[in-house]
Amino acid sequence: MTAKDALMERYQDLLSVYLKAKTETTLYKGQQFSRKLLEQQISPEDLVSLHIQVMDQLFPDMSEEMRDSFDFLLESMIGYGFAYREHQSLRDKQQQLESEIEVAASMQQTLLLSDVPGFDQLDIGVVSVPAKKMNGDYYNFVKSGNSLSVAVADIIGKGIPAALCMSMIKYAMDSLPEEQMKPHLLLENLNRVVEQNVHSNMFITMFHGVYEPESHKFYYAGAGHEPGFFYHAKEDEFHDLIAKGLVLGVSRTTTYHPYEKMIEVGDMVILLSDGVTECRTSKGFIEREEVVALIRKYMDLPSQKIVENVFQELDRLQGFELRDDFTLIILKRLV
Amino acid sequence: MDIQSCVEVRNEWDIVSARQLGRNMAKELGFGSVDQARITTAISELARNIYLYAGRGKICIEPIDQLGRKGLRIVALDNGPGIREIRKVMEDGYTTSGGLGAGLPGVKRLMDEFSIESTVDVGTEISATKWLR
Repeated sequence: MTAKDALMERYQDLLSVYLKAKTETTLYKGQQFSRKLLEQQISPEDLVSLHIQVMDQLFPDMSEEMRDSFDFLLESMIGYGFAYREHQSLRDKQQQLESEIEVAASMQQTLLLSDVPGFDQLDIGVVSVPAKKMNGDYYNFVKSGNSLSVAVADIIGKGIPAALCMSMIKYAMDSLPEEQMKPHLLLENLNRVVEQNVHSNMFITMFHGVYEPESHKFYYAGAGHEPGFFYHAKEDEFHDLIAKGLVLGVSRTTTYHPYEKMIEVGDMVILLSDGVTECRTSKGFIEREEVVALIRKYMDLPSQKIVENVFQELDRLQGFELRDDFTLIILKRLV
Repeated sequence: MDIQSCVEVRNEWDIVSARQLGRNMAKELGFGSVDQARITTAISELARNIYLYAGRGKICIEPIDQLGRKGLRIVALDNGPGIREIRKVMEDGYTTSGGLGAGLPGVKRLMDEFSIESTVDVGTEISATKWLR
């Protein structure tokens, strides 16, 4: 017995039972049956045809008008069959696209993943979560000699184009010579790469900093990036970590200002992407002070715990629907 | 019944004639009512395309027998503007006449075999086959 014959037999059973007793139970079974039909991709006109065949068997003396009306119904169902099959084919295509994006996203993860290096003097915490499948935020740690460099970047734009662009930035950074690790020079170099290679409607903001453990100095520069925070333990105060500069990719000749800060024991450097400060709740955008308050709430914990807790609270505030890629990094001087 | 029968398509009435021709032949060949309806729908779509985009052309229906395997073939011919991007018209959702799910991809799915040849400014030939099961 073919699957189709089995379906027909089942439909005939259900229909004859229903015609005798007209119970809700049988109607419920009929509804369940339609799921099975969908599972087996039976199109609407096939179901109508099934109905006609069953009716023919149950009522061999059916009136001619009735019989003809079924033919008319069948013809009228063909359009639905058309639409049903198109829907199936589009759904297949969508699944295929989704799995391709899935592959691209995991490839991006592997490409861009930056291990958080072990660094004795600093306690480092990182959380970076994409709003969609692919992350338009990028962070990178590089240990070179004794010093540690950290970069956070954000593409203006989301999704796949942003992610592709980010991959380019990573390779541009990897290929820069080490002596250019001075943040403002590094930004100048990257700016030229972006200006040359990225379409003029795409911009990249970036913060780059280098910590030198001997001098306990943090050198940094910024290209239009969301300011981070600096926590000064001695005063127990948070300040904005401002680094002025034009976003990457606007003009080939942009220069960047070098900044530096003494980092004392217990001080924290907090870097973020605008996905953190542009968290939107029902009351509107959250304020930077609220981010600070959250950090303060957890600041006695290890850095990784702080960033995770802050992320979880902000995620919950937004109803677990991130609107923008979210990256938060904390560096705390231990010794 | 071995001879190909054709209907000239110049107006909407001719679409009905083409359907009638296809239905008669499908019935004679022993196609069930669902397949009859599918075949006539495919004919409608192809004939409508001729009427809407080429202005005139013809629909030919022929019974086929390949090593005992029986079927029906529809051939739609026109000397219209031709199709510049066949790949595009074969994409789902690309239809200029606004019909949901209709168009050439729909015809392709209704039938078992489908082929299209088109030359810009020369014309289009579409052939679609349904096998008797």
